Amino acid sequence: MDYAIAALKTASIFLVVISIVPVLIWLERKGAAYIQDRRGPNRAAILGVRLGGLINSLNDVVKLLFKEDIIPANVNKPLFILAPMIAFFVATITLAVIPFADPIQLGSTKLLLQVADLDAGLLYVFAVSSLGVYGVMLAGWAANNKYSLLGGLRSAAQMVSYEVSLGLAVVGIFLMAGSLKLTDIVAYQGSNLFHWNILLQPVAFFIFLTALFAETNRLPFDLPEGESELVAGFHVEYSSMKFALFFMAEYAHIIVGSCIITTLFFGGWHIPFVPVDLIRMNAELVAQGLWIGFAIFSILGGGLLVRRFKKGKYGDLRDYEPLVIGAPGILIGFALLGLFAIFAQDWEFLPWGKNIFIATLQAGVFLAKVLFFCFFFIWVRWTLPRFRYDQLMRLGWKVMLPLALINILVTGWVVLQS
Amino acid sequence: MMEPIFFYGFGGLAVVTALLMVTRVNPIASAVWLVVCFFAFAALFITLEAHFIGVIQVLLYAGAIMVLFIFVIMLLNIGAEELKARTMQFSGLLGGLVTIYLIVLITLGLLKNPVRFFEPLTEGYGYVAPVGRLLFTKYLVPFELTSVLLLVAIVGSVVMGKRKL
Repeated sequence: MDYAIAALKTASIFLVVISIVPVLIWLERKGAAYIQDRRGPNRAAILGVRLGGLINSLNDVVKLLFKEDIIPANVNKPLFILAPMIAFFVATITLAVIPFADPIQLGSTKLLLQVADLDAGLLYVFAVSSLGVYGVMLAGWAANNKYSLLGGLRSAAQMVSYEVSLGLAVVGIFLMAGSLKLTDIVAYQGSNLFHWNILLQPVAFFIFLTALFAETNRLPFDLPEGESELVAGFHVEYSSMKFALFFMAEYAHIIVGSCIITTLFFGGWHIPFVPVDLIRMNAELVAQGLWIGFAIFSILGGGLLVRRFKKGKYGDLRDYEPLVIGAPGILIGFALLGLFAIFAQDWEFLPWGKNIFIATLQAGVFLAKVLFFCFFFIWVRWTLPRFRYDQLMRLGWKVMLPLALINILVTGWVVLQS
Repeated sequence: MMEPIFFYGFGGLAVVTALLMVTRVNPIASAVWLVVCFFAFAALFITLEAHFIGVIQVLLYAGAIMVLFIFVIMLLNIGAEELKARTMQFSGLLGGLVTIYLIVLITLGLLKNPVRFFEPLTEGYGYVAPVGRLLFTKYLVPFELTSVLLLVAIVGSVVMGKRKL
């Protein structure tokens, strides 16, 4: 039974990541477009419905699945095939220790909303993410191409350098929380915003964030794939789904990184200034508020869309898109209000229902924070230029490493004093 | 019930990958099999409740040291042909003899003393806090000596690598 639950949790986390990735790709394209003052993807459509460019991601998936899978001559075939798998595998299994919400109490059993509450917690995250470099390195070497080899070497040097600061930055958090378990670190921060690690450990946060950008190979540290020098770096020779795996691994890394930042520095699933007990006591009120809020949001959003309907704007099916999405929105909103008027007089949560409701709420808050940081990654990518290689190494070894060490020293002193 | 399966599974994996590591001609393939071997070792440690050692095994050996190994192999670009001539030389013969001697020694030792079972350790013995406590109390001096040794190695490599500082 335990193994079945663990397998189910693993599968569901994997599905969550897989389904967030296309949304992130859409967000990246739209974000890039608006930062560069253009409209971004808005052409692909199914019967005139474009969903603001989301259909483009669907097109991408279909294209990548059906493209010819080329394995060039003179590559090391086993490693060439293995490398993208390593990259994606490593990116997703890191999520195993992230707590998404409080444990749910179902009768006598306690359902943890994380796959494994390891004692070594965060060390596991570092251990697994340190394996991520193999995907990039082996891809670069196996492809038998000088550009990709250079990309692989760069990424190996970069990731090993920044792993040091990444690990040392969070030692201060261990000292304060007194544990490596992510659940303990979340519980230590609590729901008081002024007790979150972002305010207690700001230096650690900035070091961690910077090192994380280097670890995910994103701009401003995307030297392994620097287009102007290395064509596409370590994945020059890859096509079809093998390329897609690298692509997905990059976004999975962003999601994982955002999850870790949220857990370590932003109170995990805690809602700022709203303690869990307060929600537990007023669960019915919160549920009703959310219900009405969602109904009103649905009506207003639908109304806004319907108002944008103008016949003859494009002269084809696309004209009707605001109506097709907006009108059901309004209807659903009114239906929810009606249901609320009929049923919401006098009711209470069942004990297990209440627990599930609170856990869902917490998971929602967690996901909202994670999505914000995913957006932050995209924001930075389209704002900052790329570092030069010597600047990258100097920043890693001569600035961030000493800063992290000083941070540990100061934190240790403060912890000893109190 | 599942622990023995995991233990023997990962133990077998460790043995097989170690053999593959020794027998591969291509140095990169060797290194990759060694990484898998370290991974299997870490899994063995974890089935033995030594979580800390297991995770550190992956973090340091698989994640850092082997990365540098592969890095160097890639930079030097040693092909399979260059290594082939040297495989059947005196050093290989000597290594084989030493290995056989070691195996004989272990077998004799096992035959001489009957196998006895150790007392089971307490729950959570290999977790982070107990290991850390041991390192900073009972084994403080060896721990500090090791760190001095590492420091010497770092300073030495810097001096060797950069003649003019």
